[in-house]
Amino acid sequence: MLKISLSKIQDLFAAIAADEALYIPADNAGQPQFMRWQEGLAMTDALNTVRSAKDFFFPQTENLVSFKIQGKSIEIVDPRTETEDFVVFGVRACDVRSFSILDRVFLVDPKDTYYENRRKHGTLVSMACSRPAETCFCHTFGIDAAEPEGDAVCWKTEDSLYIRANTEKGEKLLEKLRPMMEECGDEAVKAQQEKTHEILGKLPLNNFTTEKFDGDVLLKVFNSDKWKSLSEACLGCGTCTFVCPTCQCYDIRDFDTGHGVQRFRCWDSCMYSDFTLMASGNPRTSQLERFRQRFMHKLVYFPANNDGIYGCVGCGRCLSKCPISMNIVKVAKCLEGEL
Amino acid sequence: MNNETLIPKIGVVTDIRVDTPDIKTFRVVGLDGKKVFEHIPGQCAMLSIPGVGEAMFSITSSPTLEEYMEFSIKKCGCLTSWLHAMDVGQQITIRGPYGNGFPVDTDFKGKDLLFVAGGVGLAPLHSVINYCRAKRENYGHIRIVYGSRSKDDLLDYQEILNEWMADPNIEVNLTIDREQEGWDGHVGFVPNFVKELNPDVGMTVVLCGPPVMIKFTLAGLKELGFKETQVYTTMELRMKCGVGKCGRCNIGNKYVCKDGPVFRFDQLDELPNEY
Amino acid sequence: MQGMMIARAKELLQNGTVNRVLGWQTGEFVYDITPAVFETAEELDEKFVYNAFCGNNLSKYLVKETKKDGKILVFLKPCDTYSFNQLLTEHRFDREKVYAIGIPCDGKTSGEMVKSKGLSGITGIDEDGDNITVHTIYEDKTFNRDEILEERCRTCKSKKHVAYDELIGEDGEVLDSHRFDMVAKLEAMTPDERFAFWRSQLSKCIRCNACRNVCPACTCEKCVFDNPASGIAQKAAADSFEENMFHIIRAFHVAGRCTDCGECSRVCPQNIPLHLLNRKFIKDIDELYGDYQAGAEVGSRAPLVNYTAEDVEPSIVYHREGK
Repeated sequence: MLKISLSKIQDLFAAIAADEALYIPADNAGQPQFMRWQEGLAMTDALNTVRSAKDFFFPQTENLVSFKIQGKSIEIVDPRTETEDFVVFGVRACDVRSFSILDRVFLVDPKDTYYENRRKHGTLVSMACSRPAETCFCHTFGIDAAEPEGDAVCWKTEDSLYIRANTEKGEKLLEKLRPMMEECGDEAVKAQQEKTHEILGKLPLNNFTTEKFDGDVLLKVFNSDKWKSLSEACLGCGTCTFVCPTCQCYDIRDFDTGHGVQRFRCWDSCMYSDFTLMASGNPRTSQLERFRQRFMHKLVYFPANNDGIYGCVGCGRCLSKCPISMNIVKVAKCLEGEL
Repeated sequence: MNNETLIPKIGVVTDIRVDTPDIKTFRVVGLDGKKVFEHIPGQCAMLSIPGVGEAMFSITSSPTLEEYMEFSIKKCGCLTSWLHAMDVGQQITIRGPYGNGFPVDTDFKGKDLLFVAGGVGLAPLHSVINYCRAKRENYGHIRIVYGSRSKDDLLDYQEILNEWMADPNIEVNLTIDREQEGWDGHVGFVPNFVKELNPDVGMTVVLCGPPVMIKFTLAGLKELGFKETQVYTTMELRMKCGVGKCGRCNIGNKYVCKDGPVFRFDQLDELPNEY
Repeated sequence: MQGMMIARAKELLQNGTVNRVLGWQTGEFVYDITPAVFETAEELDEKFVYNAFCGNNLSKYLVKETKKDGKILVFLKPCDTYSFNQLLTEHRFDREKVYAIGIPCDGKTSGEMVKSKGLSGITGIDEDGDNITVHTIYEDKTFNRDEILEERCRTCKSKKHVAYDELIGEDGEVLDSHRFDMVAKLEAMTPDERFAFWRSQLSKCIRCNACRNVCPACTCEKCVFDNPASGIAQKAAADSFEENMFHIIRAFHVAGRCTDCGECSRVCPQNIPLHLLNRKFIKDIDELYGDYQAGAEVGSRAPLVNYTAEDVEPSIVYHREGK
């Protein structure tokens, strides 16, 4: 375990940023978001960023391939240039876990090389929580907010930042920082963890569980008549999807730049009416079906295909941000009564 | 670049055949003049015109055809209209193959096969029918029931007349929806025709066509004593990636692009009715 | 108030005046309120709520709800009644199928608003006149109501209901709200400053479409941004100015029809002050064509679709030099 005074945290950032791009959660026009560190940029006090950290590996928009067209001929160009190494600092336990869920989509055969490449070049430094919010329920998915995963993990106390490596990548980063930090024991961290666990136990969603959604409930949940009232007020916007760290559905579209065609990938939302629209019609005709798809995917379909792992990390963003306050907790609580 | 699933290859359209008033068949080879990739009957490919769109189409030709691939495509949307408007020599992009394909070398082997198709639904079956014809010794009796709105709407009509109907080893039954001058064959809808023909209930069935035709044909087959475990179909939903990641072609926890497009009806029974 | 509303709703359900009630239902926490349709007295008792967090404007749901059988009861706050009238002006729903009850409003707050005061772990709230006490797992904190009201409520334009079949409580007055102060500040900026302000705000946009989908003025059957054939239907930006265009085009489309209900800013997950774009249009219309409040009455001709001999000359508009 290494330790540095919070008053020297800018020096720490400078040392990391000397060799690779560094991103930290900071306040942008009042909104916490990950920003590229440059001298003086301070870390936010907010619990979490509005958008998750998934952007770093699965950006909202990215060019997949370019086409040059001449008469009847097409030339295909891979637009990728070399990816720079980068460090994402201050990722919360929930968001760190989201990457092992995204990995199960993007890194299974055939691998998504765009994602894989960024994963290879990125180092995740997580930050333990000490002041969780009422919307937090990461423990539902076996995540310990006081002991996050990640290549390296930090704990912030009143006056110091403690850091420990979890992986080889993290070790490598710490090697570089060691000269400016001091070796220390883990008493302060243990004390903070104990306090955090106590707070976690008091959170209103402390007893929330999704256990009843196991492999055998697919048709039962799908055919429940509760979906009607649950989805009734849904606006069909994409807020939940876009702030969610595990939502990974995407669209592929073409953009005519005037001197060629760029095929890009962008985040998509199953809440949108055109998500499954075909020339021949749409299998999901109303918002009920679209709404149901999102929650079925997280609570039933994803676990059915992934050893029982749910497509949710309990970050609580959808609880805070849905314009009509409908979310996975309310849906799961309502439906589990049927199981 | 060869292992990049989302980066397509160039395909050159070397022949365009007008099959029906709204279906054309496109012959595609790579820039080197050879087949772009190998496939299993029932698998699909993503075809695209950059700037217009990309969509999944079943590969209509049999894998046993060594020189090229063919796609029979009905004009019904933006991309397909563009494809119908192009000339020979046009380059398109192609990636694949995608999906599971029909179990031609496993479950179908040694079986009597009944193919039932309606309209452009013959397109995905065309590949497997010709595959089975090429490897005739692997299969028992082969019977094809195919219907369309009119004689002019019968896909591959010339091939059906000249090759399939001339083949003594397979049985072909055609029907059209309404009486038409110059047609002395059967008239009526496919589901009723199948019931009239009363095929042997031991046959393995491959069924593809418009949803309503599938629904009634399946019901008719069940009346005749067929079980859902004997009946296969091939599905189509909106697709973007083709590899089970973009998240839109799922029926329950199955992705049509990856786990399908070929399903047995007993498998579909366990999935939500959302297709 | 909540008790009176539930009692009246039950009466109207029981005597057959309506077969459904459109209101707000409780959530997990004190603040996460969801619009809901209630069909029975039991549902009303169990879940109906009306408190400081019931900010959702229910008017737009009437477009969908009036397509169903029977008459629906809707509760409308004063500002919601303007949207109600505007939707009627645009023939978006059948007035005969709605029974509207006007309810008073002391201004609304939101979970986001409370959290922006540095509070976390919210477990409850007490309203005592103008004092609102927020309980959290960490501390209790008491606010004066004004301190935690949403911006749209701090600059409330009207406590007067402009549409209702009956009222519960006293009606209020149209207020002089200083709601254009921030617009005036933006107008006073140099074009570069103003451009920088909007670029920084709009660059936060994630194109979730919440602002459009919640907007009572956005009731097109098919939005141009959802039409693949339009050539501009994108979920993400093909270039970095696209979100800006999306919001500007939307503001133009609702100009003269926007009642300034503020739902766009309430729902924005990135807290972009989108209502300021609409307020700029309202202020301009007021200054150029005379005071006009969309939704104040049903059937009024909005200045931008009406011609009068007193209309401002194009040259005057032109010479405002981008202000």
